[in-house]
Amino acid sequence: MTESPPAPSEPGQAYSGRVEPPAMGPWARALRLLAADRAAMLSLALLAMITALCLAAPLYATYVAHTDPFVSNVDGEITLRGKRVPVVQPSTEGLGLGSAPLGPTWEIGNFLLGADEQGRDIAARLLYGGRNSLLIAGASTVLCLVLAALTGLVAGFFGGFVDTVISRVLDVLWAFPIYLLAISLSIVLITKGFDIGPISISAGSLALPILIIGIVYVPYVARPIRGQVLSLKESEFVLAATALGVPAQRILLRDILPHVMTTLIVFVPLLMAINMLTESALSFLSIGVQPPDASWGTIIQDGTNLIYTRPMVAIAPGIAIVLTVLSLNLLGDGVRDALDPRSKLRLR
Amino acid sequence: MMRRAREWMMAVVALCLTATSLQPLAAEGVRGGTLRLLAASAAGSLDPKINYTLQYWSVYQYIYDGLVTFKQAAGEEGFTIVPDLAEAMPVPRDGGKTYVFQLRKGIQFADGRTVTVKDVVSSFQRIFKVSSPTAGSFYNGIVGADLCLKTPATCTLAGGVVGDEAAGTITFHLVAPDAEFFDKLAVPHGVVLPADTPARDMGSTPIVGTGAYMFAAYDPNKQLRIVRNPHFKEWSKDAQPDGYPDEIHYDFGLTGQAQITAIENGQADWTLDEPPPDRLAEIGTKYKDQVHINTLTAMWYVPMNTNLPPFNSLKARQAVNFAIDRNAAVKLFGGNALAQPACQVLPPGFPGYEPYCPYTKSPGSRWSAPDLARARQLVQESGTAGQKVTIIVADTTAAQALGTYLQSVLNSIGYDASVKTISGNIQFTYIQNTNNKVQISVSTWYQDYPAASDFLHVLFGCDSFHPGTDASINISGFCDKAIDAKMKHALATAATDASAANREWAAIDKLVTDQAPAAVLFTPKHLDFVSNRVKHFVFNPQYYWLHTASWIQ
Repeated sequence: MTESPPAPSEPGQAYSGRVEPPAMGPWARALRLLAADRAAMLSLALLAMITALCLAAPLYATYVAHTDPFVSNVDGEITLRGKRVPVVQPSTEGLGLGSAPLGPTWEIGNFLLGADEQGRDIAARLLYGGRNSLLIAGASTVLCLVLAALTGLVAGFFGGFVDTVISRVLDVLWAFPIYLLAISLSIVLITKGFDIGPISISAGSLALPILIIGIVYVPYVARPIRGQVLSLKESEFVLAATALGVPAQRILLRDILPHVMTTLIVFVPLLMAINMLTESALSFLSIGVQPPDASWGTIIQDGTNLIYTRPMVAIAPGIAIVLTVLSLNLLGDGVRDALDPRSKLRLR
Repeated sequence: MMRRAREWMMAVVALCLTATSLQPLAAEGVRGGTLRLLAASAAGSLDPKINYTLQYWSVYQYIYDGLVTFKQAAGEEGFTIVPDLAEAMPVPRDGGKTYVFQLRKGIQFADGRTVTVKDVVSSFQRIFKVSSPTAGSFYNGIVGADLCLKTPATCTLAGGVVGDEAAGTITFHLVAPDAEFFDKLAVPHGVVLPADTPARDMGSTPIVGTGAYMFAAYDPNKQLRIVRNPHFKEWSKDAQPDGYPDEIHYDFGLTGQAQITAIENGQADWTLDEPPPDRLAEIGTKYKDQVHINTLTAMWYVPMNTNLPPFNSLKARQAVNFAIDRNAAVKLFGGNALAQPACQVLPPGFPGYEPYCPYTKSPGSRWSAPDLARARQLVQESGTAGQKVTIIVADTTAAQALGTYLQSVLNSIGYDASVKTISGNIQFTYIQNTNNKVQISVSTWYQDYPAASDFLHVLFGCDSFHPGTDASINISGFCDKAIDAKMKHALATAATDASAANREWAAIDKLVTDQAPAAVLFTPKHLDFVSNRVKHFVFNPQYYWLHTASWIQ
């Protein structure tokens, strides 16, 4: 990965007159490559916009929509085009069966995307839900990468008994279908919470889905990291450092970690996309984010009961998930291309 | 030629006569065909001594018979108890403590064996041997029942249920007079099964009965198939009438949405489940001729654990009652056409019912609006503000919606509430078991039989509270000795004076409501959505739609 420094000019060598541009570092080149990737940049912009909107959820709810999207509003009313209308409207036709929440008004701050069956503002819930979805996806990605890097580095570098134990544990985790494992862990932890030693997480906490999703994907990242470390361990600069008596900890941090860092960075957007889908699936099954908190998955779940009359309740978070996951995947492709050493051939 | 013409004329007249004679037959019903019923899931064990669900109780009434049963009729008449396997309703003797039933002769089980006195006696012993859910509440008044409850395996009900094979009689001896004894015999746990039926829960294995139909096959994950009983001969139209369909297929597994679509398309005839809320308007307009709505004697309610904080405080329980907007709950259930707000235990029209509602803005006889200010004040006074509360709800659409609403209400009056959704298959028993430390839940109660005690004594009597078991139907764990004594007095009064007993129950209803062991939300109505093939829909208040009274065209 590191480039060989340019050969020093021989003394007395004639000056050619050509000025060599200063050597570009790998990170700078990667950034330049990424910036040149239009799809990745567009995705980044979209992702930034979605994140900014979601972070602004409290501002939207308080100052624009003037609503609390976590409180039932079944008997509430709003003013729509000069008329007072109920948020949940009882049917007046035929036998008068059922009631339907307000559909999209397309008025910003006034039930823009309509209401759910509890009479809550879908637009406000969508933004709050996005905050939780992004938070869980992001935090579980960081947790997963930290755990995977740690296990992959240690297993690959130390080998022997340590490698055997870590690899077998990863094999056991790998043996479970991901969703089955996530669902099983969720069902147990959502009921009882997590309470081991000094670590205590209550049953309804967002930390639970973060922990569960963060753990289930560790083998998928740790394995390639371990393989890379096994290869790096045999490289000359590591052998030289070992021969010079550099401590193992220093070799791991200074010589090996920087080389696996690009792999980890490539995993960030891709893993975040997968984690977001997993979170949505768990929340859809009522074993992820717990009410009254919302996530895009829980809002889709709320919408399934209204799919015939108010499809927007399910469609809006569905679109949000698609856009976010698509932009994360495209960004991930861009990052992978930018950090791939072979991609320098494309650099102009 | 003339002769030819006369023959033709005679043929035409004969045809007309035939057509005329067919007309009333069509109006009376058409035998044959397959009735296709749907439910999201099966209702567990098929054993009639074990199963305690409306889903299968409504099926048992054409599969099994007891000594007596509820009349197979619509309206109030459906609450009338008529003799079934017994020849007549016996006159109580010994001050209401002894009943002698004469068994009808010649009635056969679906396997061809004749019903004997031994079968009847054995069936009552089996209630205890298989630990039927109502063994301790419905049949504990039979002499010898206390011993059977202690040692079910060796239950004989000696001295309690005495058979005389020669005379064809079965004599019941009770510990005390019981005005509801016939009701208890009429429910499916009292049906008669062959004496050699194993003394264990038979689960998915069908047990033969004496009804017009019999179970042919049962796969709880797929289908329950019911066919005609080849040995059935109608002996009482009131008790066990012959049915119209040849077969009944009860299919499980479709989602609520798919069930409604199947009925609309004529691929199925009926669903047990409430239609999804967003299909109600559609079926109430486009298919209104196929919708049948009937008032029920039932309630949706919120039991609060009177033995756990914060609801061990009367003020906390009353606060919840004041805070709940019954109109919102009704809206979430499907609107005024499907439910009516309520805040007392006994449902309208029930024996002992007198309108009473202390938990509303203007206390009186009817609920008008929630009183949140009063509720918040009561929470503050109770010293329970800020406490964590977990609401346990089943995973049905309506229960989840009500759970989410209740969470919002509890948060708004000062609690830190969360909702836990668990499978509807286990929620009902989970909330009964005190080991699960359930603080508050959303539950339902549909009458077993038309008596005030079936709500007040069963749900809030000390005898119904069994800590540490799944069979503690007094979910609130409410046990007020003074009120319980009044209940027992009312039960005794009912044996001699039903009107006086109902007045006592009305007073008890108010006392229990004031103590607020639960918050009653609304009285539901029952919506049946049938296919356009189904003709002659008869709704019985005890067992709901009488499947086999309808025919298919």
